[in-house]
Amino acid sequence: MTVKAKRQKPKRLPPKTPSSWNPRIVVFACNWCSYAGADTAGVSRIQHQPHFRMIRVMCSGRIQPGFVLRAFEKGADGVLVSGCHFGDCHYIFGNERAVEQFDKTMSIIKLLGIGEGRLRLEWISAAEGARFAEVINEFTDQVRKLGPSELKTNSGQPKADS
Amino acid sequence: MPEFTELAKEARAWACYDCGKCTATCPISRIGGEYSPRRHVLSTNLGQHDEVLQDGTLFSCLTCSLCERRCPAEVGYTSLIQRLRELSHHEGVEPECPHGGALQSVMRMMARGGPQQDRMGWLTGDLKTQPKKGEVVYWTGCTMYYDAFFPDFQMTTLEGTRSVVRLMNRLGIVPVVSPDERCCGHDLLWNGDRASFELLARHNVNLVTESDADLLVVSCAECLRTWKVDYEPFFTGRIPRIIHISEFITEHLGDMKFGGDGQRRVTFQDPCRLGRHLGIYDAPRQVLEALPGIELAEMRRSGPSAMCCAGGTWSNCDRYAKQIQTERLREAKGTGAEVLVTSCPKCQIHFRCTMKDPNHGDEIKIEMQDIAELVAERSQATTES
Repeated sequence: MTVKAKRQKPKRLPPKTPSSWNPRIVVFACNWCSYAGADTAGVSRIQHQPHFRMIRVMCSGRIQPGFVLRAFEKGADGVLVSGCHFGDCHYIFGNERAVEQFDKTMSIIKLLGIGEGRLRLEWISAAEGARFAEVINEFTDQVRKLGPSELKTNSGQPKADS
Repeated sequence: MPEFTELAKEARAWACYDCGKCTATCPISRIGGEYSPRRHVLSTNLGQHDEVLQDGTLFSCLTCSLCERRCPAEVGYTSLIQRLRELSHHEGVEPECPHGGALQSVMRMMARGGPQQDRMGWLTGDLKTQPKKGEVVYWTGCTMYYDAFFPDFQMTTLEGTRSVVRLMNRLGIVPVVSPDERCCGHDLLWNGDRASFELLARHNVNLVTESDADLLVVSCAECLRTWKVDYEPFFTGRIPRIIHISEFITEHLGDMKFGGDGQRRVTFQDPCRLGRHLGIYDAPRQVLEALPGIELAEMRRSGPSAMCCAGGTWSNCDRYAKQIQTERLREAKGTGAEVLVTSCPKCQIHFRCTMKDPNHGDEIKIEMQDIAELVAERSQATTES
């Protein structure tokens, strides 16, 4: 058996300098308004910053503190919760529940010292593609200014097992 | 990871003679749950790995220790469960977390450390504390998180925390309340996550050691169990005296003046961590007896046989838990008491949650108070020293 020459690994990108650092943002979007709003932004070719991962849920009322806290725990720098405008909810009052859940989450985030600036609630309808892009740009800039989440940079992460 | 035989030896599971008292007393199996402590003990003895870890009932145990109390062979059932859960965590079997795992996330984030918590917001202007060094440390526990997380239950666990500081101030003591305090890790440990627990334990033990305190006062029953039992191996030097707030109050009964008006009948819920885990039954009763105008009416099952609030470790909230809580609240109402006094914030959370059940209406509604809150209320009329 002949030993094949090792294929060269693709060159690693140089480490990013702080000025070019981009945040990692998790966006929770409801199926009926905000997710469709993001779609509208895409279809209309509206440019916005791409540093977010979107998670679609059926209703913003589903986004309970556990989701948001888990995102921060896993290293998100910011979390955006979005849903339909009041009165527009596909499930009539789901977004009112979302506000209750969001308030709870916000108070926990404040207690933990993660910083209020890293969490935001926005109502974006299916038609508001431009608004979606605007919110994303604004929030990304805001989180970029805050820098990487301290939870991510901390080295005290528990080892799998010892 | 320890082997099953080792676990069985540690917990004296081999002493089991299969009498079944544990399952007969278990609050969960009494009301029809799938769960059986006896099965776990026997399967551990036989080394039946899958039966123990995969049968889906390992996290049904309330760890209330009632079976251990009744066991004639003195099998350390509660510690066995703790170790088995560690094993199951190691193998990736985790409890179905109520509240979407939010509280576990909070605890794990605290274990990792990082941002400075903002946990001193509850301190009102009249309360005096110090941040670092002093003779007495007061361990607040996570009541500020609970009040923030359960706003719909009208939670007042923080009022209990404030009351402790108020009482200490009245006795001329300015306790150390550290802004760097973190979760004691009780729930993570009982969920099997020992790695995170150890991070918290090291941080917290360090914090108290550095304060040079002689006395550590704890008001939460779960924190107290953790400090007294589970943190012991983490102390390297001198261990301060660790007492519960009710013990602290009994020691200072002579220095306190009580007032307040009106007769009130109260009943006491023994938290499992305070009672069966640590054997503290008398101190809270002595405190309640010393208060003028307070009459203690015991529930049918009290002291060592008290019923658990059925929510222990954020891992077992189900219909059985709800039924146990409803039964317990009926029992409390049956004593004719106006107030259900307890000394564990979890008891308050779980009972208040059950009281919100619209099917029962006012039938199981009863006012709840922390023991420190009641004492602070009754000592208000005296001159402050």
